[in-house]
Amino acid sequence: MTTPKVLVLRAAGTNCERETAYAFERFGAEATTLHVNALLADPEALARHHVLAVPGGFSYGDDVGAGAVLATELGTTLAPALGAFVEQGGLVLGICNGFQVLVRLGLLPGLERPLGRPEVSLTDNVSHKYEDRWVRCAITSRRCVFVGEMPEPELPLAHGEGRLVPADESVRRRLFDDDRVVFRYADATGAPTMDYPANPNGATDAIAGLTDATGRVLGLMPHPERALFGFHHPEWTRRKSPGSAPPDLGPGAPIFENACAWVREHR
Amino acid sequence: MDSSESPGGSAVCIEIAIRPGRRDVLAARLLESAREAGLGLPDGLATRRGYSLRILGGLPAAERLARDLLADPVLHETRVYAPESPPAEPDTLRLEVVRRPGVMDPAAQSVVRAAARLGITVRDVRTWAAYVLPGSVDRALAGRLGRELLANDVVEEVRVAPAQGVAPAQAGRPAEFRLVHVPLREADDEGLLALSRDGCLALDLVEMKAVQKHFAGEGRDPTDIELETLAQTWSEHCKHKTLTGKVELDGETIDNLLKSTIARATRELDRDFCKSVFVDNAGVVAFDDAFHLTFKVETHNHPSALEPYGGAGTGLGGVLRDTLGTGLGARPVASTDVFCFGPPDLPDDRVPKGCLPPRRIMKGVVAGVRDYGNRMGIPTVSGAVCFDERYVANPLVYCGSIGLLPVDRLEKKADPGDLIVVCGGATGRDGIHGATFSSLELHDESESVSSGAVQIGNAIEEKRLLDVQLMARDRGLYSCVTDCGAGGLSSAVGEMAESSGGAHVVLDRVPLKYDGLTYPEIWISEAQERMVLAVPKAHEAELLALFAAEDVPATVIGEFTGDGRLTAEYAGTRVMDLSLEFVHDGLPRQTRRAERRPRALTPVPALPRGECGAMLETILGMPNVASKAWIVRQYDHEVQAGSVVKPLLGVTRDGPSDAAVCAPVLGSKRAFAVGCGINPCLGDVDPYQMTLHAIDEALRNVVAVGGDPSQTSILDNFSWGRCDKPENLADLVDACRACYDGAMAYRTPFISGKDSLNNDYRVGDESRSIPPTLLISALSILDDLSVATTMDAKAPEHALLIVGVTGPELGGSHLARALGATGEAVPPVDLERAPRILSAVNDLIREGLVHACHDLSEGGLAVAAAEMAFAGGLGAELDVTKLPVRGEVDATARLFGESPTRLLLEVAPDVLDAVEALLDGVPWARLGKTTSEPRLRVRDGSGVLIDLPTERLHAAYAKTLDLDGEQVHR
Repeated sequence: MTTPKVLVLRAAGTNCERETAYAFERFGAEATTLHVNALLADPEALARHHVLAVPGGFSYGDDVGAGAVLATELGTTLAPALGAFVEQGGLVLGICNGFQVLVRLGLLPGLERPLGRPEVSLTDNVSHKYEDRWVRCAITSRRCVFVGEMPEPELPLAHGEGRLVPADESVRRRLFDDDRVVFRYADATGAPTMDYPANPNGATDAIAGLTDATGRVLGLMPHPERALFGFHHPEWTRRKSPGSAPPDLGPGAPIFENACAWVREHR
Repeated sequence: MDSSESPGGSAVCIEIAIRPGRRDVLAARLLESAREAGLGLPDGLATRRGYSLRILGGLPAAERLARDLLADPVLHETRVYAPESPPAEPDTLRLEVVRRPGVMDPAAQSVVRAAARLGITVRDVRTWAAYVLPGSVDRALAGRLGRELLANDVVEEVRVAPAQGVAPAQAGRPAEFRLVHVPLREADDEGLLALSRDGCLALDLVEMKAVQKHFAGEGRDPTDIELETLAQTWSEHCKHKTLTGKVELDGETIDNLLKSTIARATRELDRDFCKSVFVDNAGVVAFDDAFHLTFKVETHNHPSALEPYGGAGTGLGGVLRDTLGTGLGARPVASTDVFCFGPPDLPDDRVPKGCLPPRRIMKGVVAGVRDYGNRMGIPTVSGAVCFDERYVANPLVYCGSIGLLPVDRLEKKADPGDLIVVCGGATGRDGIHGATFSSLELHDESESVSSGAVQIGNAIEEKRLLDVQLMARDRGLYSCVTDCGAGGLSSAVGEMAESSGGAHVVLDRVPLKYDGLTYPEIWISEAQERMVLAVPKAHEAELLALFAAEDVPATVIGEFTGDGRLTAEYAGTRVMDLSLEFVHDGLPRQTRRAERRPRALTPVPALPRGECGAMLETILGMPNVASKAWIVRQYDHEVQAGSVVKPLLGVTRDGPSDAAVCAPVLGSKRAFAVGCGINPCLGDVDPYQMTLHAIDEALRNVVAVGGDPSQTSILDNFSWGRCDKPENLADLVDACRACYDGAMAYRTPFISGKDSLNNDYRVGDESRSIPPTLLISALSILDDLSVATTMDAKAPEHALLIVGVTGPELGGSHLARALGATGEAVPPVDLERAPRILSAVNDLIREGLVHACHDLSEGGLAVAAAEMAFAGGLGAELDVTKLPVRGEVDATARLFGESPTRLLLEVAPDVLDAVEALLDGVPWARLGKTTSEPRLRVRDGSGVLIDLPTERLHAAYAKTLDLDGEQVHR
């Protein structure tokens, strides 16, 4: 059986690469963390992997704009290789800052090809504040291979610029018409909401995560790798008897498990 | 290219504005803040980001840079213009906030790099902000907006209605080299003191005389850089002269307070988990087979008073470098922060001249820690905040860092012949005289004379450095490392030279941010984000290539030697030739006099029974007790995926955790708990008991979450008023003695510490001290994270037990504070019983008998019970009649007394027998139970004391420090 090979990209200021690599390894993948300088020097490295993960953090300090500098680096040098990677069955996961990079690159939602024109933006939270909190996510499309049959998760997020804004009304409509919306911030009943703090950043239509036309690219603001273990959940001590072990896996784990399973089945 | 373009390119301004119809979130926030601050602004504010730079290809290239990089086409529109011809915007008033020359501008580097990827060459980048107000706004009002909400004058300039655009950064001019000798030998006492004062050396007469004598012996005067080196190395900040000197108190001389109390306890306890104590940049304790844990807490008080954002950020950046500089470099896995501020609601007329208002300091400090820690990707997991008016001019900022150090990377030593490599950021004029500045008193002109002492950090620079340094560590490419902190290269190289036996530095080789630094400035600059490595020559090429591949500058600046000298050259001239022995051991040890102060203590008035409920609401809303969620949520406390017990808990997700638990090794269930104890209110009454309380609180906090008290180590951080005041020094002696007594009783060794002993502020002729403030941090091991326990009540009809004894004393309690009194005595810590209580609670937790556990601290039993209930979405019924007490304890003291070593436990009724067995020999009582009805009901034999819905208690707790809607632009 194929061992899923994951390339975890890092740049100055990336800071979730270790746990992101670990989350894939937990499900049998072989994860390699590569500095963007090394990838730009050897774009072929991409084709030797099944999954590209762009982890969270503050690439280049988010100077100029969240993910903008890294997106510029990738866009100027790597756009053809990246396009081919996705066409040929590669998976791409962008978490938080990684999502911001994919959006700025135009890879997500990718309504129009080729890469290069951002169709949505992830910008300042309405609260104008960086916040770390757990949110409930409704799943509005299961077309994305990372999502599969996973239960609607509670996930942690931590960002100051996560408010999704479509370029215009037509993009906004097409996000739904073309089935690009995967995760939406939801209230306690599971219904998408614009109410703070269930929708922590004021994202248009409560959008928390997007996929592309192929369903093989996922970008999301919440951090599934920080919900990998059972003990990550803020209320894990309320859900078990004292002293007993927490569940092994947390609500974010299926995203990595599904990606690895998909690679094993299809590659 | 434009034929008239100068070789560096044309100067341009690029301004990024929000597209019409898009939300300007920052503008909305600013308007709210301005209105709250009493600056009535009309609607119609627009915010802009700006870049000024030199660019090859002129305005067309700038247009492309704006479109392809600087603006997000979904959100922004851009305007590009030459600085001398900004576009007119009729009917508006423009305000610009621009960094002062030389102040770190983290975004500049990213712009240069990303522009290069687009094939565009830029230089001299400077970023700024503009605020466009309606033309009807008065200029004076705009100026106030700038000064009070947008800019800090220490590092930024406010421009109202500027005629021209912002010019690009100025390239400095190379400094003219002139070797300066200081005429020390001929100086009399007066002259020596003048030299110290004028040079900002912070050396006293005895010290200046020792230097004078040394150079007389060498038959020459020192150079300026030699004198600076001694001043840096001998500063209170670096040498801890007070704690290691001699003290006279009550006719007794204490020789080396640190060695005879704190370090002595560690030595006598001789715990085998201590791997390195008091010698390295952090304490080191055993964790598992592969890793040790390192822990260090730093103070960064003075810089935070002047520039809260930069000061606090670099405080955190500095302690993270301590972690990177411990052993051969540990990976930071968790940060802590503890702050002391003036009261957030202090009226403006009580804020001394030259000081920022407490609210502004608090917001700046929180933002500084947030931006640095979050960018570094290190979770900020634990902390505390204390408020007292005496911190108004002298806020305290403690930043802590826990690191993971491979067990085979503990030992380090520079050898003669190893290269001195400085890596990370370039050196600029930042933070000149930081070490000596922190050893002086703040005064109302500190802002202007010491602006050089302020540092602004660049977290991404440090993250890059961290990544590559740890790779080099794993490849074994260097033999020794330390951080550039206070004193800059002078301290770092000087320290490492001790292990090799000497060092020689070529100062011209140190990479500079800009021209114009003199050779002493290069040597003592406290520019951030730099480490110094000792690299064996055989590894030079590999190390430099590795750093280059990660875009981290690393430069060989000299060589370690074994000749016993610390030497430097600049422009081909030897500028420094110091005896290493004199640098490190030449400081004369002085005797200081201590004398106990008279204390003006006032009795706590009686509280009528009927007012207990209202008092509980009052105390829950006091800023020391109130929810810190507004702060904590701004910190990324979950990055690195090791978060086991979070700082905010329960169904309300704002229950105050006693301590944090982290599992730092992915896939392993071994974990640590980190917590702290600090209570300056008690110090006014009794510094000895305050210290024992701080130790006890730190320990019960880690025990409450499942930490093992027998595998716990502690750290001390003293922030004190000037210790040449005998009464401050007496408090310090009492506190140190309590450190010894406490550490011995609990068998918890001190592994690291730091002191800041000049926290005075001069107003006119009066020198005001902060209250004696001791922070104790505790680090405890959990063999398996499954035992981790949280403070939120879990289920109704569970028994609530108290463990520990309540005494009648109310001195320094929050009840006393609320009633405007000090109280007359602090309830003493029972050092015989306390360790047994903590150990018994740990046994209960490890046996899986405890559903929730919460420590009793500020506000006592009533506050703990309320927090436990509302965080669990439940209620509680308690009868305090059965409370284990010492002496005559009235209802008020039962509810609100702050006796130490007490915890409230929730246990299921069916395990009470097992609980009772394990609590044998420990004072405890069953006080009541949890209820599904969300009310807190407390009674005693005479009837009801408190009966309130928990929702109301929660509201009192939640509102005081919820500063939402007031945040300013950073």
